[in-house]
Amino acid sequence: MAKEITYIEAIREALFEEMRRDSKVFVLGEDVGPYGGAFGATAGIAEEFGEARCLDTPISESAIIGVSIGASQRGYRPVAEMQFADFITCGFDQIVNQAATLRYRCGGRVTCPIVVRAPSGGNVGGGLYHSQNPEAWFVHRPGLKVVAPSTAWDAKGLLKAAIRDDNPVIYFEHKYLYRRAKGPVPEGDEIVPIGVAAIRRPGSDATVVTYGAMVGPSLEAADRLAKEGVEVEVIDLRSLRPFDKPAIFASIEKTNRLLIVHEDVKTLGIGAELSAVVMEERFDVLDAPVMRVTYPDTHPPFSQVLEHYNLPNADTISEALRKLLQF
Amino acid sequence: MPPIKRTKFKLSTLELLEIFYWLKLIRAFDERLSLGVRQGKVRSGVYTGIGQEAIVVGSCFGLRTDDWIFPLHRDLGALLMKGVEPRTMMAQMYAKVTGLSKGRDSALHSSVNELGIFGNTSMLGANLPVAAGVALTMKMEGKDSLCVAYFGEGASNTGDFHEALNFAGANKLPIVFICENNLYAYSVPIEKSMAIEDVAVRAEGYGFDGVAINGNDVLAVYQAVKGARRRARAGEGPTLIECKTYRWHGHSEHDKAFYRSKEELAMWKSRDPIPTFTTYLEHMSVLTPEKEQEVDERIKNVLDDAVRFAEDSPDPAPEEAVTDIYA
Repeated sequence: MAKEITYIEAIREALFEEMRRDSKVFVLGEDVGPYGGAFGATAGIAEEFGEARCLDTPISESAIIGVSIGASQRGYRPVAEMQFADFITCGFDQIVNQAATLRYRCGGRVTCPIVVRAPSGGNVGGGLYHSQNPEAWFVHRPGLKVVAPSTAWDAKGLLKAAIRDDNPVIYFEHKYLYRRAKGPVPEGDEIVPIGVAAIRRPGSDATVVTYGAMVGPSLEAADRLAKEGVEVEVIDLRSLRPFDKPAIFASIEKTNRLLIVHEDVKTLGIGAELSAVVMEERFDVLDAPVMRVTYPDTHPPFSQVLEHYNLPNADTISEALRKLLQF
Repeated sequence: MPPIKRTKFKLSTLELLEIFYWLKLIRAFDERLSLGVRQGKVRSGVYTGIGQEAIVVGSCFGLRTDDWIFPLHRDLGALLMKGVEPRTMMAQMYAKVTGLSKGRDSALHSSVNELGIFGNTSMLGANLPVAAGVALTMKMEGKDSLCVAYFGEGASNTGDFHEALNFAGANKLPIVFICENNLYAYSVPIEKSMAIEDVAVRAEGYGFDGVAINGNDVLAVYQAVKGARRRARAGEGPTLIECKTYRWHGHSEHDKAFYRSKEELAMWKSRDPIPTFTTYLEHMSVLTPEKEQEVDERIKNVLDDAVRFAEDSPDPAPEEAVTDIYA
């Protein structure tokens, strides 16, 4: 039986394996060196590979990403760590203007193989600036790829795929899952391809499309509905850009009902785009309007009482599913 | 601030004439572009470096293919000196498919990695962290290659400037930072945007030497950069060279530059880098009227050919607007 490790260990294992496989891979970021990273993702890397390939940087997110872009132009494959996804705003220009447009503005003659790891998400008591889910900003930008694993398997497999990809990839790793999500991981050269969703639970009566830390409560809601005689299919997107349109379409062609669940805020979150695409291309298969369960349009508060009010959970998802099924 | 160490140099007659050629070619290239804008042949994106040529020529002369440059928007000549064909550069400015970006972007936004050229975005100063990244990989490999990164005094007020110079200083990277201080950030004079006279003093805060020189004296620029190059290649880290200069035209060709006086412009025109150098060459008996005529004819032929090539080149196919987003 395959060994089981946690999500954060899976990230660490992917980094080790890719650095051993390819001498052009290196990591950089705040506290990633001998300290091992704020969450331990890079623990032991400096010892094995030396500090030049596990570079502690100043608190300079724009430089961390800019330096990564520069290194990529000389054949390197840097993996930059944002200590928290919330801090990615400080490097925003280097991502959306410098990295995302580089290939286009060079007439297709260059690539920009960088990975930006961004620990995101709430339910960890982080408050306003240690809990955000800023993935939609990057999904909106052509030239970037965006992934958001929910399992240890995908955390490892998608990070390996991201490192090997020739495009800038923003890798959202959910902090709530770091030590809670545990399971087997791919071994050796196996990766999880970018752009392919996973069906976490098959069903025929309704489809839930979700990702990241919302996969867990969505599955819990599906279990509850099963007791009521309703079979809900739960799709874990895994990749947000590109997202797996065929998997979503195949599911709703069967279930005719779609609920989208995400921890990001509602307005122009991923759900808005998924919903629009389904309207444009599969309107005829729908028996009910596409519905969404999301974070309200507010900020992630510090108090647990306040934060739990905002976070989607198995109750709110079950309730929405019942509404969707009764429509 | 410790006095900067300069390097003694001796240039051959051939080298001096080559410098003369580049100064005049770059001036004439910009003048052709300016004309192209007035004729409606060049759409926009022309930011001439007329009056500032000595900086590019003095700093690019003697660079190797494995050295990298990070030109700013007025440094078209730097791309030519690093090996981009004048006809390719002209086609780029004419938005033709034969240009570096295949018509997708104008000016200097396109890289040529095999020649060691990085094409920055319009976000001034955003090239500096990227330069630090390229220099970091040179240092990792123990190579004696060099990065030459350009910026204006205006860009020295950005966060990217600070993050990049701090990063480069902390890691002792092989970079020469070249400030083209032309006294105006578009319309805003330097005294409104910083409380210091010399950008060079900012280097001290990053732990390396900064020097302010006459940016209209091509040999002074060459000498200062040669010293900085030697130190960078010897592993002694970055240098900031502030070149005092002035742009004759407006910020771009549609800017009438009413914010500055005729007297000021006339004073700076009297410090034109080309006649200054011409007088020197005549004094040194390097330049004869015949040789000068030879150079002028060569330049005319090069530019006639470049303009013809650009005008005759096809526009990009419309659908190229949506290709090369991803590798």
